[in-house]
Amino acid sequence: MIVGGIDVITLTATLMGASTPVLLAATGELVAEKSGVLNLGVEGMMIIGAVAGFAAAVTTGNPVLGFVAGALAGALLATLFAALTQLLLSNQVATGLALTLFGLGLSALIGKGYEGVRPPGTPKLDFGPLSDIPVLGRILFSHDWVVYLSLLLVALVWFVLRFTRAGLILRAVGESHDAAHALGYRVVAVRFAALAFGGALAGLGGAYLSLVRVPQWTEGMTAGAGWIALAIVVFASWRPWRVLLGAYLFGGITALQLQLQAAGYAIPVHILSMAPYLVTIVVLVILSAIHRHGVQAAPACLGKPFHASS
Amino acid sequence: MNRRSFLKTSAATAVVAGAGLPAFAADEPLKIGFIYVGPVGDMGWSYQHDQGRKAIEAEYGDKVKTSFIENVPEGPDAERALTQLALEGNKLIFATSFGFMDAVMNVAKKFPDVKFEHATGYKRADNVATYDAKFYQGRAIQGTIGGRMTKTNKIGYIGSFPIPEVYQGINAAYLAAKKVNPDVEMKVVWAYTWFDPAKEADAASALIADGVDVLLQHTDSTAPQAKAQEAGNVITFGQASDMSSFAPKPRVSSTIDNWAPYYVKRAGAVMDGTWKSEATWGGIDTGMVEIGEISDAVPADVKAEALQLKDDIAAGKAHPFTGPLNKQDGSAFLAEGEVATDEQLQSMTFYVEGITAEPPK
Repeated sequence: MIVGGIDVITLTATLMGASTPVLLAATGELVAEKSGVLNLGVEGMMIIGAVAGFAAAVTTGNPVLGFVAGALAGALLATLFAALTQLLLSNQVATGLALTLFGLGLSALIGKGYEGVRPPGTPKLDFGPLSDIPVLGRILFSHDWVVYLSLLLVALVWFVLRFTRAGLILRAVGESHDAAHALGYRVVAVRFAALAFGGALAGLGGAYLSLVRVPQWTEGMTAGAGWIALAIVVFASWRPWRVLLGAYLFGGITALQLQLQAAGYAIPVHILSMAPYLVTIVVLVILSAIHRHGVQAAPACLGKPFHASS
Repeated sequence: MNRRSFLKTSAATAVVAGAGLPAFAADEPLKIGFIYVGPVGDMGWSYQHDQGRKAIEAEYGDKVKTSFIENVPEGPDAERALTQLALEGNKLIFATSFGFMDAVMNVAKKFPDVKFEHATGYKRADNVATYDAKFYQGRAIQGTIGGRMTKTNKIGYIGSFPIPEVYQGINAAYLAAKKVNPDVEMKVVWAYTWFDPAKEADAASALIADGVDVLLQHTDSTAPQAKAQEAGNVITFGQASDMSSFAPKPRVSSTIDNWAPYYVKRAGAVMDGTWKSEATWGGIDTGMVEIGEISDAVPADVKAEALQLKDDIAAGKAHPFTGPLNKQDGSAFLAEGEVATDEQLQSMTFYVEGITAEPPK
């Protein structure tokens, strides 16, 4: 299926892989923010996940262990953030920024010696005859397992937040930590868990970047993907399915602009490079403007410090 | 050792060392410094420069002492890094990226007795020399192999920045490919980076999605090679370094920047006092541009043709830019039989006739 010189099927298949790191990180950050904590360290957690995942996969020769290590490393860094902001009550914005800088520096240090090394490959899942279905086969059944895991996680987060008691508690902590505390919920423990989950997903996203999407380790290779994830959470009004839409839109236009260049369209390169940011923001802003209903989209306690004595 | 006696000892050592310095000056090794734009482990551009540094050490042993600073961003920080190297007593400093140009000129003014060598630049001074390699010669050989081997008749090129060096590469590859395959088409994607594996991988994916089955890169990482391998039926060429870990396929050959002979020569010139500021632009003939082994994935006759072209270029019998040749807009560039001069090539910022892509503005 070719429209205007662009193969739409290939584009759709490409964008799913290209968007996965940002999607994972944004889904994780959504959960953290729903619990009322603003963690600006997504970029740092992603790159730590990227280097830890890469190192583990190269050392063991097993990409799955790489993803596990990436998630653990991200969660570990997030736990550090949680200890600083929840127990020592440090400023969340400053601590998050510091976490990003720390992650970038530490990853560069760990990554020495892994430059120019090739990681073991992550194969595409084999769906047998399913992947031979015209159009849908290429789009839906031609990916590696992490892509499906990321979609599953979006659905899971949506379901848990909306339909389960655990989700309700998490949201309660994010909306009013004092009320949740008065009801006997352990605010700090819930936030620790939410942050660690967010960190694990960011680390997983980073590992996907270094193990599948590039696949290679380089200093600073996340190149701002963590900040994109943060922005997508805000513009998606903290809703999981809109995060998915935002991430795929961003990844899709990023892939599309390169294909437009390849197809020889006479559009200035700089406008094309700007397009992913512009279109994603515009679409998500319009969406949240339509569905406002006068409700504040952000969790009411987002970024506010909590101490049981207050 | 308590603190006081430690202080005494170290003070004494410092005095001895200070007093001893002038006496040893005659035997002191020549200190040579390098700054790199990327990590030495990039397996491409900076890696090759570091090989040159090691060649100096291997050649002169104790007579030289080299050091390097990697990952120096192009901009004000380069000036700090160069100043630091000069203050540390380096008498010869290699700055190995185009964007270090103004930093080199500024620092060179402050240290007139330090010799500077700037790669791929064009600004010189009494103590600043420039050197570059004719990468486009390698591109012509890649174009020949690509033109013969493409099945889709589409050759992809990942451009870094729209500067003459990259235009030379795109044009040389296209002209050589078209000579052996008139139906060939050139697809260009500009990445606007020298080294960003994620971006390079995306650019490679986009070109492959567009039907390209021969992929040339003007960026330094091996990410496009990995993407080509994943796609299966795409061939690539190593850039700056051999990238032989991707041989025999997708990487079927490479252009290797061999700075070692030049670096050894220039270090020697400083030691025997014959160093002077000049501009060097070496090609296949001087060994500065090397063609990496052509793998078995290339049919024997194509390989022979490519090697013949390499010999002809080295012998001066062939030139990738030989007239009649028009620019993309149809205006004349070279007349029948005319060969492009170095000056013409060094200011080349246009596509040649036949390339349909739009040059970036």
